[in-house]
Order: sequence, then C-alpha cells, then structure tokens
Amino acid sequence: METQEDSNQKLPTGGEKIIQCLEREGVEYVFGLSGGAIMPLFDALVDSKIQLILTRHEQGATHMADGYARATGRPGVVLVTSGPGATNTVTGLLTALMDSTPVVVITGQTITSMLGKDAFQEADVTGITYPVVKHSYLIKNAADIPRIIREAFHVATSGRPGPVLVDVPKDIGQGPCDAPFCDEVELPGYDVATRGDPEAIAEAARLLSASKRPVLYVGHGAVISEAGKAITTLAEKLRAPVVTTLLGKGAVDETHPLHLGMMGMHGTAYANKAVAGCDLIMSIGGRWDDRITGRLADFCTDAVKIHVDIDPAEFNKIIRPDVSILGDARLVVEDLLPQVEMADTADWLEQCEKWRRLYPLKYSKQGGLRAQHVLDRLDALTEGNAIITTDVGQHQMWAAQFCRSRSNRHWISSGGAGTMGFGFPAAIGAQFGNPDKKVWAVVGDGGFQMTLSELATAFIHNVPVKVLIINNNFLGMIRQWQEMFYENRLSGADLEGNPDFVKLAQAYGVKALRIRRPADADRILREAHEHDGPCVVVAEVVKEDNVFPMIPAGAAVSEMLIEKPKHALEKPSGST
Amino acid sequence: MSAAVELEPVPQQIHTISLFVNNVPGVLVRVALVFSRRGFNIESLVVSPAAEGRFSRMTITCSGEPEVLEQIIKQLAKLVDVVRAIDHTGDSSYETEIALIKIEAPLAERTEILQVAEHFKARVVDYGAESMILQAYGSSEKLDALISLLRPYTISELVRSGKLLMARGKSTT
Repeated sequence: METQEDSNQKLPTGGEKIIQCLEREGVEYVFGLSGGAIMPLFDALVDSKIQLILTRHEQGATHMADGYARATGRPGVVLVTSGPGATNTVTGLLTALMDSTPVVVITGQTITSMLGKDAFQEADVTGITYPVVKHSYLIKNAADIPRIIREAFHVATSGRPGPVLVDVPKDIGQGPCDAPFCDEVELPGYDVATRGDPEAIAEAARLLSASKRPVLYVGHGAVISEAGKAITTLAEKLRAPVVTTLLGKGAVDETHPLHLGMMGMHGTAYANKAVAGCDLIMSIGGRWDDRITGRLADFCTDAVKIHVDIDPAEFNKIIRPDVSILGDARLVVEDLLPQVEMADTADWLEQCEKWRRLYPLKYSKQGGLRAQHVLDRLDALTEGNAIITTDVGQHQMWAAQFCRSRSNRHWISSGGAGTMGFGFPAAIGAQFGNPDKKVWAVVGDGGFQMTLSELATAFIHNVPVKVLIINNNFLGMIRQWQEMFYENRLSGADLEGNPDFVKLAQAYGVKALRIRRPADADRILREAHEHDGPCVVVAEVVKEDNVFPMIPAGAAVSEMLIEKPKHALEKPSGST
Repeated sequence: MSAAVELEPVPQQIHTISLFVNNVPGVLVRVALVFSRRGFNIESLVVSPAAEGRFSRMTITCSGEPEVLEQIIKQLAKLVDVVRAIDHTGDSSYETEIALIKIEAPLAERTEILQVAEHFKARVVDYGAESMILQAYGSSEKLDALISLLRPYTISELVRSGKLLMARGKSTT
C-alpha cells in the first residue's frame, strides 16, 4: 500500500504546477531574479522549456516583460523573490498599469504560517501593490494554483490590459499540488466590452460624415486592439487628418499623407493646430491625458467630442463626450466604416497642409551635434522597420518627433508613468519577442544609468539590442524647465561626472561606439545597426538644447510655443 | 427632515453606494483605496455576507462632489472583485440603521429621556445606576434626530451600525 508520502512524491510541487500552467499559457520567457522564497519555482524552471532570462535587478525584469508585451501583444512574465525582490517590481507595475500593458508578476512570499510575523524578506506585497495592479492574488491553497494562474492571464490580457500580481508563499511552491489544470474562467462582474452600441456608432457616423474639420485622435488602445488598418481606412474614407498620442504612434503609418504626427505637449505644431481648430475630435483608445489636452477649460471647446474606449471609467473622467462608444477600438471602427460618408473636408485638409508647411519640425544644423539630427538619421536608417523604445525626457520627445513609426507595436515608450530607466530593459524584452527585428533603445544619460546593469543581461544572452544614448550630461528636460520657468536657476539637473559610457559598455563586454560630429552619425549608426550583437552608441550632443514645440503644462493647446520665447514665462500651473 | 429639530449642517450631499463583491481577502482594501486615492472620506461602511456565501454586500455612505462620485462608482465597478456597484443616492430604496446610545444620567433625570426614547420607539437594553443604553433603529435621519434630542443629556458613547439598504421591488441592490 502506498503511504501518503509516496503518493505526494508523484504529485508535482506547487512550483512545478505554476510553471506547467505558464507553459499552457504559451509563455516562452520569464524575466526574473531568484531568492529564497521563489526557489521552488526557479527549481521547476530547470525542467521546463520556458527560458529564464536572469536580470540584474527586478525593475529591469519588469520592464523587460513590459517591453516584450508591448512588442508582441502577448503577456510578459516576471518571476522574483519576496520582500525587496518583490518591491523592486513596483515601478514596473505602475508603468504597466498606466500604459495598460499585460504583465504577470509572480512573487515569492514567506511560508503561510509566518505571514504577518515579520519573517526574513517578508513584505506585504499584495498590500503594497494594490494601487498599481489591475488585480492580484495571494495563493493560500495549492489547489487554487491552476485557477489563479488562468485568471491572472485572462485578467492581464483581456479588456483594458494591465499588470496582475500573484504572490506565492514558499510552502505553496514547495508542497504538493494535485489540482487539475483549469481552462474556464468564471469571474462574475468582470465583463469585457467587444462591439460598440449600434445606436452610438450610428450617431458617431452621422457626426463624422457631417463634420467639416474632423480630427481622429489615436491612442494606445488603438495599438493594443490592432485598430490601425481600420482607422487608416476610416481616415481615407472621411478624408480626415489623424493625430496620435505618444503611445498611439505606429497604429497608423506616420508617413501617411493624412497623418499629422504626435499631438500634445511636445507634439507637432500642425497636429496641435489641427486639434485646436477642429470641429470634431474622435478619440480612439485615448484617455484625454493632461499631456494631450493642456488646459482643459480651453480644450476643443466648440468641437464635437466622440470617445471610443474599452474602459467605461474613461468616459466623463476628463471630458464629457457628446457620444461615447464602449467597445474594442478595432471592432468599433470596423462597424463605423460602412456607415460613414466622405466628409466635405477639402478646405480643412488644405489648412492642415498649410500648417505643416509653415511650422515643420526643425532644429539648428549649427553648433555641434544635436540629438534631433542623430534621431533624424536613425529614422532614415531604420525606415520604420526597427522597433524603437525610449526612456523618458528630452530624447524621448525628440525621438517621438523625428522617428516616424510606420507600423503597430514598433514604438515603445513609458507614457503615463514616465518611468526613467524603462527604455533599455524594454528593448531587451522587445528583442526577445522579435528575434528577427532590429531593436533600438533611445535613452538619455540620466535614465540609462537607472537600469544600465542590464547590459550584463544583454551581453550574456547576446541580445542584439542597440542602445543610443543621447548624452548631454544633464537631466535635459529638468534643465529645460528650469531655464524656461525657473529663471534658469538650475537645481539638480547637472549630470557632470557621468561615466564614459563607451568604456562602461566595453567593461560589460558590449561593443560601443561614439558619435561626436554630425557628419559621423550615419556611418556610426549603420555600423551599430549591422553589428550582430548588443551595441551601445553614445551621441555626445550639445548640452543645452530644448524641445519645441511645447505647450507648457496647464496652458491651452492654442498657447503652444513653436520656439524658445524671448520673454520669461510664468511657472506652469498644470500637473507636473 | 423634521424642521423642528436643528441638525448639524451637512456640508455636502451624502451618497449611498451598494456593492456586491466577491467574498475574498483584500476586497475591502481595494474598495477603500478607490475612495482614499481621491481624498474621499467614507462616512459609514457595512460589510456582510450575501445570500450566497461566496459574495459579500457592502453599503457605503460618503460625501463629496457628484462628478468625483461618478468616477468612484466606475472605478469600483472596474475592480475585478466587484460584481456590481450601484449608486442609490436619491432613489427610493429602503434604508435602515441601528444605533446604541449610552447616556450617563442619574435616575432622577431619566423620565424625560425615556419619553424621548418612547417617541422614537427606542428600547432600553441596559439600565444601570449611573448609565443606560438605548437601542434605536430606523432611517439615518431619524437616528440623527433622536441623537440630537438626547444631546442635552450626557451621551458618553455612541455606536451606529452604518446604513443598510435594499432596493425595492424588482430593482437590484
């Protein structure tokens, strides 16, 4: 007769069960860093076809999973230990939540009997992370493992995607689990919108067809739902210009004649003039962020507003739309298409083209190497075929302006959270998801230093990401604001004493190149692009350059500054 | 509200929200965070098991701007563990609340107190030499009125259950 112990030995451990569940979810990679409490899961990885990408910091792991998710549309998975290992994922969780990306973070936890007793490396991780997750679980019973993992992936990827955290006490990971796999999800009250309400769609179609000066405002929801093709057809059918948010870049080819580029704080002048002058604005998967609207009281006051979103909580949150359509962006736009008629927009398009000619994106060709020049050349080199990730700051805005995204999921940037340190690890994740594509991370010297330890990860796995460091030895956007709004009283903006990034990369075994002169940009970028492995390119750019156009935070879109004003400006009233 | 009774001024409208939620750990924190993030103070909160044990009921009262409240309801409904979130402000749902009121009063003063209690159908549930406890139930406004009338006496302790609510007829709570 079998003893209880014998039969337990044949059962998988909870850790093995979790890894098997991940395999059933189609997970190829987990990004993570081990530790005591998560050892049962790392042990189970030894026998799994899932590849572990060992990172140097848990924040890097979370951004990698996020980058993988944004580049592929499939959930990114993170595996870290308890306590500090888990708390190091909080920034990555916020980043994923703010930008609606599907990330599943699995954290180790102390043994169940020690919960709440200040055990070694214990942290109340579900408690700490409530505000930065879409949902979370603490597994108290091994029998719940298959259900919880299935639910975690379903919640992370469906509706408006977002991060889900699963906290696994070590005894649950170590002990036996005899629960069968779970395919069905039963979540009462968790409804996912799909098709829009036909009446709302008909009303939107009527308003669009009647509009003389329409603008289609495309946000991240359009990228997530792969709505770009339908939106392009809609724009062509209506003859309506398209503008995008920072995260909407790539949903519609930015080189399309109807595309006016990015709108908002550092958007193109012609995009913002179109927004300020339109008689109808339709948000497709955008959330009227304060970087988009500027001063709300003056935002599109006379324009009809249509809002397409999969999250009903977005309606009336910032603006009260005339028509709101709850549903998946692609399905809603596809349903709209047969109902709209060509709008009478000839004058409007002519006006937009006039703005495009009058206020092009420009930069000085004199006075040394400029970030804009390097990014312009990167755009020429990659022609939209590379995935471009960015960090946060001036380089991000210049990259958004000059690197025109041609296809979906080729532009990856931390928008809502504005997380410095995101760009480089996100590029590593994007590369794992797209081994055949070129991936460029455009970063600043400030943000890169927050997660540069992942150079080791790139080197060890020979991830052929290219890192373009726009090095101005400043926290450039901070310096720009202090120059413009704080009488140039610089405070905490100077990064003088930066390491030599070429030597630094070389110390990690990573090829590194430097651009000093504008004339060298093409050659060096190409050399990096064609290198079969990771490569860092340090562009030593002029120190004190500013990003324009600019709508100061809290100012109206119509108060956009095309270039540096001659007079001092008041401190901005808007959010950050 | 009775005109005869002077109540403390109510600065903002009191909203009543009912939630039907999964009966799981953490759901209360998730709900509370939706309020606290927006600087909303929860005035009262009642949590109890629903007819089916895997669900719970929450009845929450709070005050604040209606626009923010609309957002709060939507954010509550968005929580994975929240099955339904309904704003009952201004509808005709049946509402009730229980209050326990401890009054420190010498025996000589109690006649008046008992008269007030009688009028509000409050029961005496403890009767000691130095203090007594009244138990009253009814609408929150009725309890407010009772408490207001008892203020001249020494109310040493006051415990209220918070508002309970159920939609009438075929409407859903």
